[in-house]
Amino acid sequence: MIAAVAAVLAQFHPPTTKDFVWDCWGPSLNLGSLSFCMNFTNFLVLLGFVSFIAFFYFGLRKPSVVPGKMQSLTESGIQFVRENIAIPMLGPDSARFMPLLATLFFAIFFWNIFEVVPGVNFSSNSRIAFPLVMAVVAWVTYNVMGVKKHGFLGYVKHVLVPPGAPAVLYVLLVPIEFITQIIIRPITLSVRLWANFVAGHFLLAVFFLGTIAMLQGGFEAIFAPFSFAMAIVLVGFEIFVSGLQAFIFAILTASYIGGAMAEEH
Amino acid sequence: MLALLAQLTGDLEGLATIGRGLVIGLAAIGPGIGLGVLIGKSVEAMARQPEYAGQVRATMFIGIGLIEALALFGIAFSFII
Repeated sequence: MIAAVAAVLAQFHPPTTKDFVWDCWGPSLNLGSLSFCMNFTNFLVLLGFVSFIAFFYFGLRKPSVVPGKMQSLTESGIQFVRENIAIPMLGPDSARFMPLLATLFFAIFFWNIFEVVPGVNFSSNSRIAFPLVMAVVAWVTYNVMGVKKHGFLGYVKHVLVPPGAPAVLYVLLVPIEFITQIIIRPITLSVRLWANFVAGHFLLAVFFLGTIAMLQGGFEAIFAPFSFAMAIVLVGFEIFVSGLQAFIFAILTASYIGGAMAEEH
Repeated sequence: MLALLAQLTGDLEGLATIGRGLVIGLAAIGPGIGLGVLIGKSVEAMARQPEYAGQVRATMFIGIGLIEALALFGIAFSFII
């Protein structure tokens, strides 16, 4: 422990993007330029997945009419997703999409919260691949539901041709609608989640490492308590961000599904 | 302009670092104003109509998500520079 602190003190360096790259554990499988192997990020994904399963298993193992502690925690979480995400966005269709929305919300939350778990302090969502996969799931879902509801040509018309505009404007509107609804949506969904956790990791690293760096300086040491206090505040902020990003991802997915399935006015 | 600066300083790496800082700072201006307007108006709406606070809050979070993405694009592009 003392040796580790001394090592950090000896070579302070500002955090860089290299902090997000982890080495392989054991052998790797190379396909072209892609290399598949087990590393710390994958391990965190599995750990988050196991805690996600455990949360629901222990919560709903023996469901009773008067819920116990774990059961009421799990149930209030599901009720939160149902009342704040599914019903306002999807109305009568909400029950069909509850499994998807609750899974997205809780899975993203459990993956995010590793950002502030002591000793880990790294979220798998700060690598773009994991948010991208979830954004692709959301993209496929809302497009498939739209095609099912309106038929293929009907859905294309529903997406690309907003009703009630003068005919001349469609030259401008159709490309804009295509770009915003089909191309930009999955990118913003994934980049929002990813960049939040990259930025959060940098903030925490800057303030905690900055505290240590100032302590080893001369008169700068008087500023170290302020840096440390800010770091503690940012840990609380990151817990808030973990919940907020899970909520925003789920509610935007619900809103995109609702928009794709909406009736023509 | 950039070529001139590079000739003067002979240091493209340093210019790229300045560029990264500028991208993050400039990308935060617009979303900052937007978030201020959005959240301020939402609080006003919740104070006027407390019975619709839940709906206003849900819509506000969607708006926050959409606006915030712009600032985060700045952070993402600053890594690419």
